[in-house]
Amino acid sequence: MSSVLENLVNQPYQHGFVTDIESDTAAKGLSEDTIRFISAKKNEPEWLLEFRLKAYRHWLTMTEPKWPNVKYPKIDFQDIIYYSAPKPKKLKSMDEVDPELLKTFEKLGVPMNERAKLAGVAVDVIFDSVSVATTYKQKLADVGIIFCSISEAVREHPELVRQYMGSVVPAGDNYYAALNSAVFTDGSFCFIPKGVKCPMELSTYFRINTESSGQFERTLIIAEEGSHVSYLEGCTAPKFDTNQLHAAVVELVAMDNAEIKYSTVQNWYAGDENGIGGIYNFVTKRGLCKGRNSKISWTQVETGSAITWKYPSCVLLGDDSIGEFYSVALTNHHQQADTGTKMVHIGKNTRSRIISKGISAGVSNNSYRGLVKIGQKAENARNYSQCDSMLIGSKCGANTFPYIQVQNSSSKVEHEATTSKIGEEQLFYFASRGIGAEEAVSMIINGFCRDVFQQLPMEFAVEATKLLGMKLEGSVG
Amino acid sequence: MIHKDAKVLLEVKGLRAKVSGTEIVKGLDLVVRAGEVHAIMGPNGSGKSTFAKALAGHPAYQVSGGTVAFEGKNLFEMTPEARSRAGLFLGFQYPVEIPGVSNSAFLRLAYNTVQAARGKDELDPLEFDDYVRAKMKLLEMDAAFLDRSVNEGFSGGEKKRNEILQMALLEPRLAILDETDSGLDIDALRVVASGVNRLVTADNAVVLVTHYQRMLNYIVPDYVHVMGSGRIIKTGGKALAEELEARGYDWVKAA
Repeated sequence: MSSVLENLVNQPYQHGFVTDIESDTAAKGLSEDTIRFISAKKNEPEWLLEFRLKAYRHWLTMTEPKWPNVKYPKIDFQDIIYYSAPKPKKLKSMDEVDPELLKTFEKLGVPMNERAKLAGVAVDVIFDSVSVATTYKQKLADVGIIFCSISEAVREHPELVRQYMGSVVPAGDNYYAALNSAVFTDGSFCFIPKGVKCPMELSTYFRINTESSGQFERTLIIAEEGSHVSYLEGCTAPKFDTNQLHAAVVELVAMDNAEIKYSTVQNWYAGDENGIGGIYNFVTKRGLCKGRNSKISWTQVETGSAITWKYPSCVLLGDDSIGEFYSVALTNHHQQADTGTKMVHIGKNTRSRIISKGISAGVSNNSYRGLVKIGQKAENARNYSQCDSMLIGSKCGANTFPYIQVQNSSSKVEHEATTSKIGEEQLFYFASRGIGAEEAVSMIINGFCRDVFQQLPMEFAVEATKLLGMKLEGSVG
Repeated sequence: MIHKDAKVLLEVKGLRAKVSGTEIVKGLDLVVRAGEVHAIMGPNGSGKSTFAKALAGHPAYQVSGGTVAFEGKNLFEMTPEARSRAGLFLGFQYPVEIPGVSNSAFLRLAYNTVQAARGKDELDPLEFDDYVRAKMKLLEMDAAFLDRSVNEGFSGGEKKRNEILQMALLEPRLAILDETDSGLDIDALRVVASGVNRLVTADNAVVLVTHYQRMLNYIVPDYVHVMGSGRIIKTGGKALAEELEARGYDWVKAA
């Protein structure tokens, strides 16, 4: 037995890492041919190709949104490679990893065995983390939860994907959602069957293949009647990517009495201190509270990307359904963020709650943009919004753009906003008690963000706290 | 308590300091030994507060001349936080509000930071809670202050008590109390003064910066200095403060 095992272990890795790059990469540019190429590469069914082509044709008739409070050079959509097969992992050992990145892991307290994976080192050698992923997958399968990549879902559960994809964010919803619908390459799929409470926090982290989901990611989460799931996206460790434009789509569907909690920590490359480089993050995230008494809760901590443009939203269709949005958006140096939420009340007695905390430092610009819409039939709908901005230094900007549309007189909408500034006097007060500027800022920021951090899963909250401190290093004093 | 051979804590020689380009302190000399209580008095604009803030290292106050040794070390080579860790304390005239930061977390961080600098044990939240509550009792402060944000919505008197509470926690070698008596009613003044009195030992010293002598009825100074035009122009004992109260400041200037 042991010799059999030994042979197995000592076998050379058969699948190899080197693939013929030429044949696995689409030519630059976007056309119907590109889309057919992607669809063919992925062996997709005809209906999905049609979905993509329809989206593409619609996209051609659209123009880029100009209303966000952000500035960037025009994007040349013909200068992008829309399909590239999963890249071989470049690094062979931790010795090859950028020491700066390792230092960051150290500061964040990322466990040793996870650092390699995050740094892009081939993890095949790390048995622990692989077996953890496998164990989790088995545990989920035992209760009937499907958690896999979108590509796998298209193959294994086409009826579910076909039924729900595009049902919350239609292919032609907006410019970037249409683009995503035409060219998305991969993402996550999650299905929680009726009455099942997911036994653990679902994280993309434990889904193998996650590294290759690429710049046009697509996520679909369905919570059947009475089910419950908490989903974590992203990671507090920095994510480097050579693709500048990212346009993801996330769709959530909650049936009667179902609850979905979606948490994001985004720390993509933000460009350097002079604003050179960095990711454009143009995301469409929307949840549909389809059933009665359903609940969708978005929690986001946005610290990365050169430009963030995202409005995780809730459509409250089912009576008594609840939508929540908790957000911390931090911008430093030349970063720009235009982010917020939309709460669309359609059903009776629907409730929504918005807590947004914007922090601007350096010469960055941070805008909250939110829509609260109460439909004609939304009897007794309630909304409470609180939008707080904090400025660090005197060269940054913060804006709040609340839009409120009410068509039902029995509803109640509240909006509160504050702006504060971390000033010299506060920092001197801390200093005169022995506390340095960085610790002082971190304490003030954590106090400011407490209402949002409380919504994050425990370990995430601890990491997010450290992350904000790190992001602001050197921005004061 | 004056002991001529007690250790020198603070030695200021020819200090000059500016605020937004204007020189306010113009050649100030002062020696403070362990065990002493000093009062610095003087009319508005005489440079009292500027002197206090320059010692603590406020970034808006630039030192333009002179030297200050704190326990033999050059004070101006230390950052404001290092000065605090070394045992210098400034009680603020107008303590700033810090929304969102709980007073208990702030006090504990300050306490632990200074403890660590002294090589002493830090306290965990539960231990600290017991410790701080005992100190608050002495200052007749309600424990509800712990859960509120630092100074936010505190009345003038509550802010001053919070300052003295910090002094009690940090146990400084030298405390400079800038107009701690202003804004206090007579009962609060008595409580704050008795708190300060309890903290004065043979090893530390207090410098009271004040406009009026009423606080000196409760905290009896060993020395009273009068400031005028950015310098100390007269030094005496407790009797000088009473004379100032009776005659005002003009006669000192004239002399």
